[in-house]
Amino acid sequence: MALNQAANGHGRVAYVNARLIDPASNLDAPGALLTEGEAIADLGPRLFNDGVPAGIEAIDANGLCLAPGLVDIRVQLREPGEEHKETIATAGAAAIAGGITSMVCLPNTEPVIDNVAGIEFIARRAREVKRAKVYAYAAATKELAGKDITEIGLLSEAGAVAFTDGVRAIASARVMRRALSYASAFGALIVQHPEEPALADTGVMNEGEIATRLGLSGIPTCAEAMMVARDLRLVELTGGRYHVAHVSTAEAVELIRRAKARGIAVTCDTAPPYFALNELAVGDYRTFAKLSPPLRSDDDRRAIIAGLRDGTIDAIASDHAPQDQDSKRLPFVHAEYGGIGLETLLALSLELYHNNHLTLPEVIRRLTEAPARILGLKAGSLAKGRPADLLLFDPARPWVIEESAIRSKSKNTPFERRPVQGMAVRTVIDGRTVHGAA
Amino acid sequence: MSAAMTVVKPDPGAPLRFPHRHLLGIEGLSPDEITFLLDLADSYVQQNREQDKKSTILRGRTVINLFFENSTRTRTSFELAGKRLGGDVINMSVSTSSIKKGETLIDTAMTLNAMHPDVLIVRHPDSGAVALLAQKVNCAVVNGGDGSHEHPTQALLDALTIRRRRGKLQGLLVAICGDILHSRVARSNIQLMQIMGARVRLIAPPTLLPSAIQRLGVEVFHDMRKGLEGCDIVMMLRLQTERMQGSFVPSIREYFHFYGLDYDKLKSAKPDALIMHPGPMNRGVEIDSEVADDIDRSLIREQVEMGVAVRMAVLDALTRNPGQRNAPAGK
Repeated sequence: MALNQAANGHGRVAYVNARLIDPASNLDAPGALLTEGEAIADLGPRLFNDGVPAGIEAIDANGLCLAPGLVDIRVQLREPGEEHKETIATAGAAAIAGGITSMVCLPNTEPVIDNVAGIEFIARRAREVKRAKVYAYAAATKELAGKDITEIGLLSEAGAVAFTDGVRAIASARVMRRALSYASAFGALIVQHPEEPALADTGVMNEGEIATRLGLSGIPTCAEAMMVARDLRLVELTGGRYHVAHVSTAEAVELIRRAKARGIAVTCDTAPPYFALNELAVGDYRTFAKLSPPLRSDDDRRAIIAGLRDGTIDAIASDHAPQDQDSKRLPFVHAEYGGIGLETLLALSLELYHNNHLTLPEVIRRLTEAPARILGLKAGSLAKGRPADLLLFDPARPWVIEESAIRSKSKNTPFERRPVQGMAVRTVIDGRTVHGAA
Repeated sequence: MSAAMTVVKPDPGAPLRFPHRHLLGIEGLSPDEITFLLDLADSYVQQNREQDKKSTILRGRTVINLFFENSTRTRTSFELAGKRLGGDVINMSVSTSSIKKGETLIDTAMTLNAMHPDVLIVRHPDSGAVALLAQKVNCAVVNGGDGSHEHPTQALLDALTIRRRRGKLQGLLVAICGDILHSRVARSNIQLMQIMGARVRLIAPPTLLPSAIQRLGVEVFHDMRKGLEGCDIVMMLRLQTERMQGSFVPSIREYFHFYGLDYDKLKSAKPDALIMHPGPMNRGVEIDSEVADDIDRSLIREQVEMGVAVRMAVLDALTRNPGQRNAPAGK
């Protein structure tokens, strides 16, 4: 990997002959972009039409797409505590290879990020590692125990971008009400893993024919819908801000669609497995396809795509959940949940474009402007004065997802051997090329 | 792998009609393959009734019974089957082994594999665990029951028992009653009976039925009398009493009242309907003692006898596969 930080760190760099895609300003046009130091200095269709002046490094995009770097709002870094699965450094390397310039990590580390020191630790490690920018969620409840809310005000001041219990649902309606209500004083966002635990119970995959055939206990789709429905009532009650993570069911999409129509402050994201795979991927007890929420039916998968098309689903996140071999080479019931996703987020999301579900700028919007807006991050757009976090990508380049090429420390992708199209050619953070320099 | 391994084929003239490396489940087997196993098992029923019950088909072969779950009946049945075919049978019960010390399933598989067994018979409490283990070893693997998934030799022995009484499976109406949700016996029997042309009804309270079970091609009844109407075979399943404390059904009393098999409910079935149970029975929970012991109607003891014959047939069929010892790991 090329970490070309010194070469073009503080000068001026012109990216010419590019297809500029900036969903935030509805820009999709041939043009050029100029960075100066760490920021975007100028951009537009007419910029450098007469050539790049001397003193500016020129990079020819060869007609490829220049977009804001991707903003991935759901990543498990495993640091601190489970560095054998992933670290901020290895996840950072995977992220920039996948075109991600900002990632937001979940608080389910050891120790849990439920205090200011935890937030500061992540910020310091990210500075030392100098790869993708790292933002952190803080836990919504202490120790993720679902009982007592964390210091939402102090944590917000320390830099926590939102509050969530990570891969656990905030199960108690009373605690959820209190979290939404208290957070509203600080304008803080509560992010929910939408699954009613009492219904999910011992389930390990989607409930239905496949689970029945395999003799595995299932999680019904209404476990997700019930939690979303409950929370939406609590949002109305409290006036809090609420985001649903990794929506996987048709029912939940419909609930959110109706809530948005009624003007409720709700946003949501999904992850590639939920629009690119269905429960059949579990096949013969494939533990790499054991995800949370579980892979659903194909009707659900199509409803997720419909939700992305009509804007009900705002954003796409990788839901990166690295697991080492020992956590996955087990009987299905005992295997850990999750799949990695940093390096495949772009290509899998581009399937929505290649399959004519979304335009290219709309795919990019769900990976940049939308997630950045949900969390209030200074990222995800190509505006003058903004940090020069850029992604130059070839939307058509074909490749095959293969374990041997994965940079993440853990290799648990449910997409092994899938042919995809679209690749990050160059990733730029704060004006520096961090991936893909010639 | 060593090239020096010998592959003994005691009966080279016999056609190889069970071309599978393992027996992991009934799902995916063809009617011909099942018929082949049942025919082979039939031939062993007679051998088991002789004074000298032993043959030499598995001479020099090592069979390991690897049981991660308590079992007396199935383990004994496999052990007898292996020994009557002249094989060396070793029982590994996992409560005394290193699994408890944190060794993983795969480590155990690799360890046993290094001892060059010819057949591993595996029972495991987790669905899919036997298939996972089968991917890691070079020998034939027989699923002795995995979680709530499959128990193929039980379904085969049930089929053999029925076939010997009724001559065929085709066209019979078979009711499977009780805890379908947790039952690997039910899943294997649903598959096998349908593959062989029988129709299957399931009779259980809704809390003991897995979701979308109708998609497997069965009819579902919650009323036992209605469900039993016209049935040729009544298969009762064991209800585990720990599931009776209000979690799945409210009480033993209520369960027996609605789903326990007694003469009164049995009247709904065909007059000559036969009764089966994979054992061990909970008398007075899912089956009335009188019914269970009715020598005209109950096949329960015959099932045990057929179990040994079927397991002999399975061991025989799998060790006939040429080069099984030299094949790469995997399916």
